[in-house]
Amino acid sequence: MFEEYNPINEKIFRVIDNDGKVINKKWMPEISNERLIKAYKDMLFARTADLQTVSYQRQGRIYTYPPNYGQEAISGATAMVMRNEDWLVPAFREMGAYLAKGATLKELFLVFMGHEDGNVFKNANNMLPTSVPIASQLLHAAGIGYEINYNKKKQVVYAFVGDGGTSEGDFHEALNFAAVWKAPVIFIVQNNQYGISTPFKMQTASKGIAIKSIAYGMKGIQVDGNDIFAIYQAVKNASEYALAGNGPVLIEAETYRKGAHTTSDDPTKYRSKEEEEAWDCTDPLKRLKLYLISKKLWSQKEEDQLVEEYKQEVDRQFEEAENYPAYKLEDVFKYMYDEMPDDLKKQQNEYENFMKWKEARK
Amino acid sequence: MEGGAKMKVMNMVNAINDALNIKLAEDRNVIVYGEDVGVEGGVFRVTEGLQLKHGVERVFDSPLAESAIVGTAVGMAAAGLRPVVEMQFSGFAYPALNQIISHVSRLHNRSRGRYNMSMVIRMPYGGGINALEHHSESMEAFYGHIPGLKVVIPSTPHDAKGLLISAIESNDPVIFMEPKRIYRAIKQEVAEEKFNVPIGKAKVLSSGTDVTVVAYGAMVREVQKAIVMAKEAGISVELIDLRTIYPIDKETITASVKKTGRIITVAEGPTSFGMGAEIAAIISEEAFLHLEAPPKRVTGFDTIVPLPKGEHFYLLTPEKIFYEIERTVKY
Repeated sequence: MFEEYNPINEKIFRVIDNDGKVINKKWMPEISNERLIKAYKDMLFARTADLQTVSYQRQGRIYTYPPNYGQEAISGATAMVMRNEDWLVPAFREMGAYLAKGATLKELFLVFMGHEDGNVFKNANNMLPTSVPIASQLLHAAGIGYEINYNKKKQVVYAFVGDGGTSEGDFHEALNFAAVWKAPVIFIVQNNQYGISTPFKMQTASKGIAIKSIAYGMKGIQVDGNDIFAIYQAVKNASEYALAGNGPVLIEAETYRKGAHTTSDDPTKYRSKEEEEAWDCTDPLKRLKLYLISKKLWSQKEEDQLVEEYKQEVDRQFEEAENYPAYKLEDVFKYMYDEMPDDLKKQQNEYENFMKWKEARK
Repeated sequence: MEGGAKMKVMNMVNAINDALNIKLAEDRNVIVYGEDVGVEGGVFRVTEGLQLKHGVERVFDSPLAESAIVGTAVGMAAAGLRPVVEMQFSGFAYPALNQIISHVSRLHNRSRGRYNMSMVIRMPYGGGINALEHHSESMEAFYGHIPGLKVVIPSTPHDAKGLLISAIESNDPVIFMEPKRIYRAIKQEVAEEKFNVPIGKAKVLSSGTDVTVVAYGAMVREVQKAIVMAKEAGISVELIDLRTIYPIDKETITASVKKTGRIITVAEGPTSFGMGAEIAAIISEEAFLHLEAPPKRVTGFDTIVPLPKGEHFYLLTPEKIFYEIERTVKY
């Protein structure tokens, strides 16, 4: 696969077309119907949750939120390959991958409501919390990869970044270190065409991102990120390649951020309706749905019913997050160090005295 | 030293090497890497011989990228290792600041204690070695200002060994700053066996009654020379070796100032917002009514450390320190 789709040939890897028809039989992965339906349901759940989260933000019930809308197949396909023992090193636009790892919506909501407790993801084995400083997390993935080799474990690290992040030094340093160390890291670039408002062509003069892998001595592939079969096949091949001890792989997944960068952003300022409509034809859920319907594995009726259930489930978890116990003063201090310095204890104590004074004044 | 312990004469380079060797032998999770630390043993030879003893998987040269050296250590620590990484000079550590500030100091808090950042970032620092630009600065106050880090600076081979062992064993991230000017200048008998010097505890090196001087790193030796001059002038100086920048040992400093009534901080870094300012603030809060003179900062200028032809103006000499001691006592 990596030979056939060597990024030097500028050939994008695609398996189905925009209508869900298989156009690349050779690389059509074997996935059971059940698994495929589950993948679609997971993507549908992520989309439902994502759209609803934006509306919670509009209602003033959470703070800033970065929508996933339009990019669900990349997380969805990775989730199909990623195992419990594998590591997930996310950026912040991979809801489907978070949920597959064992994170809950409630935890995600807590983070966007402004509570660090949401970052624990206690049921998600081997997963780092959201990393906000762009591309900085990729180095953590390379370091985890070193540990995997050092302890001769059979694990893979899935590390995410956006197209804007590929301009950061840490992106290049992470690729370089991982390649030198033959670390089993799959770097997945969600190229959604924009770094906030900056279009991809202003981000790099290179012919894409996957091609950058060549100079680091690692494999790379450019994939249609809205084609779940293609992403699945690429991630699966990459993971087998890494598990065999061959080192890292760079996957560039072409997609489109249908929503805003975050709820604070207004995309109408920097892109046209025509452009948005052109990308709408490539929507990842639509393509998989058309495929499933053509195989008589899915119906719109089923979908409508399911979306209603999902909405209720999302609301339920949101309300749980809203009813989460209030932030305590000690939460500010107690996780700063494994062993809390006296100075911090004193600062906490002084603030407690102030609170008592305030209480007494009432 | 403890009775019966086998002793060996070491300089600070030997002592740090010894601490690394002990921890590498004792704990398979300890990994040592950085630029040129493997085959060459580092530009100051601090890690010399460790790769031969412990193998290339555990002691190795990394590609030349400070952000990546620290960033990969974050991942290793999250996965359960205890990396000890070297920044070749503290003046080259700045590309790693994003990792240090955004992740090293925070991942424990961000993950509500799920992930320890058990790592040590070693870096030689300080002036007085006739070096090129970027090789002479003292930015310890800067690291001390970052919540979530511990910052340690030894002044003797003994402390370097014991503090580094404590730093490697700490579950919190430690910035371990090495005063390169005295890497080989001080030799002393150090126990061959493993021992700890606790982080966060200053040490009273000489007791006195007229003035307290707080110093650390290479400045301790300069103050000791100034104390000889002070003694001749009839001034009794209490010298505290701070040893840890953060968490700072307020108790030891405060107890001393309550006795002497005067406080001088001797530190190589720039004056403003530096260690002297912090210690003056601590004393103002904790021992205000005991003060007989204003707290004094004997520190570098708020300038770039001059290149060697001009560095003598910047460096804190025993004479300059004695001059300030006398002024404070006569205030």
